[in-house]
Amino acid sequence: MELTPDDVKRVAELARIELTEDETRAFVKDLNDILRYVNRLQQVDTEGVEPAYHVVPLENVMRVDCVTPSLPVDEALDGTTGRSGDYFKVPRILDVD
Amino acid sequence: MPLTDYEIVIGLEVHAELKTESKAFCGCSTKFGGRPNSHVCPVCLGLPGVLPVLNRKALEYAILAGLALNCRIAERSRFDRKQYFYPDLPKAYQISQLDFPICSNGSIDIPADEELGGGTRRVGITRVHLEEEAGKLVHSGSGILDSEYSLADYNRGGIPLIEIVSEPDIRSPLEARRYLEQLKLLLQYTGVSDCKMEEGSLRCDANISLRRKGESKLGVRCEIKNMNSFKAVEAALQQEAERQAELLDSGEPVISQTRAWDEATGTTVFMRTKETSSDYRYFPDPDLAPIVVTADMVEEIRRRLPEMPDEKRRRYVNEFQIPEYDASLICGSKPLADYFDSVVAVYEGSPKTVANWVMGELLRLVNQEKIEVESVRITPRQFAALLRLVDEGVISGSIAKTVFEEMFATGEDPDKIVARKGLKQISDAGELASIIDRVLAANSQAVESIKSGNQKAVGFLVGQVMKETHGKANPQIVNKLLKERLGL
Repeated sequence: MELTPDDVKRVAELARIELTEDETRAFVKDLNDILRYVNRLQQVDTEGVEPAYHVVPLENVMRVDCVTPSLPVDEALDGTTGRSGDYFKVPRILDVD
Repeated sequence: MPLTDYEIVIGLEVHAELKTESKAFCGCSTKFGGRPNSHVCPVCLGLPGVLPVLNRKALEYAILAGLALNCRIAERSRFDRKQYFYPDLPKAYQISQLDFPICSNGSIDIPADEELGGGTRRVGITRVHLEEEAGKLVHSGSGILDSEYSLADYNRGGIPLIEIVSEPDIRSPLEARRYLEQLKLLLQYTGVSDCKMEEGSLRCDANISLRRKGESKLGVRCEIKNMNSFKAVEAALQQEAERQAELLDSGEPVISQTRAWDEATGTTVFMRTKETSSDYRYFPDPDLAPIVVTADMVEEIRRRLPEMPDEKRRRYVNEFQIPEYDASLICGSKPLADYFDSVVAVYEGSPKTVANWVMGELLRLVNQEKIEVESVRITPRQFAALLRLVDEGVISGSIAKTVFEEMFATGEDPDKIVARKGLKQISDAGELASIIDRVLAANSQAVESIKSGNQKAVGFLVGQVMKETHGKANPQIVNKLLKERLGL
């Protein structure tokens, strides 16, 4: 199955990325190349091979349930341009159509 | 076509916050409230370069919940990123589980809707998975639509949650409510969650569709959100079932969508068309190592399961000879069952007596004062001490009720109340004799009536003595003395 320009536009929209028509065309080609490569991988016989749940060769990395100090409020809000009191101020969430 | 010609099919998604001390993937406190953005750190704020690490307790609680819901615990599970943009989610993805949830294939039993034939309904639990809570938004306007901006507090962001997804096995709004009540009870018994809907530590979304009776294919479903009580869930589902029936009746299709319950108007309103799971572009979270749960680990956690409601109810009926109805009622509330158990533990008399008092006086006052069992001021020791005063004949059963009310209001010890108010029972024959004299003199008509064979009037005279002593006379002894005096 080939990706269409509409598929690429949809993915871009979900990721909040704006693409020009040229960029869309380029991504259609690149992404289809990648999919074709994955399709080739899918032809490999994996009978009897343990499924990989994860790419990291670790398991059960956990911490004990213990409270550690949080950031001071001023420091937590230091990186934002939209502070209001002790809150992060965020722009309008839903557009009224 | 009436609604009864359709079969209602409901599945519920319940989110329960886990009662850990620290968040799911960082050490920030999970305390409710607090100064905004005072329980945050680079991990739960989603700053670049941080590494989340799973809270072991959150995993154990999820497993404990799964065991209480008769689930299979996955030997292998992992976390995935669910990606969407919303300002309550600073990372722009939620750490969740998609393909390999920690628990699956469980079930809970509820009484089926009597109108659908009654009996027991087994509701399958598809899965229980671990994920993280989002932050809290405060809107500048009256609602999200008219707000120029919103304020984000991430104190809640990153608290561990379990999402419990049921099979579409629920057949009526009433059954949905019963399922939620039973689920809440089981979770409260395990102690993994407070399940407080008013604080948002328990939330429910409902999926509902209709199909003609006898049809096996499922209808198009709608999801309902924004219900903040079990009663609201029941009402919203009823209203939505009627809405869908009307559409189907008029030959219009039901369109898959997410609707919000509006408490004020008692209706559901359109929110958005349903997103599909591919829109979330899930992928395995590379920051979190996969989880392997061995059989030994499961058994170790299973041993931590407390006595569950059904088991407890059976024990009350079999060991304590408490009536089935009373036992179900006590076990139907974790705090009440805990209270009952702690009184029984310090009282050497019959647990049945304790049950009578709990079902009678305690619940009467709790309901009358509209308080929670947790905030009752009578300690189990004081409760037992009161029962002992009755057993030893120090006070009568009716006086004990007065003392109980006083204890309930003040938290004072029963013996102190009895002493202060002079409520000790009068069992002394000499003291009672003079009171009986007075009563007999004042009620010559009743005495005549008894002498002419009306035995019932004895009860009237006992009552008069009780009245005279403000309920303090020992009624058995008064009865005996009166009969002696009247030559009966």
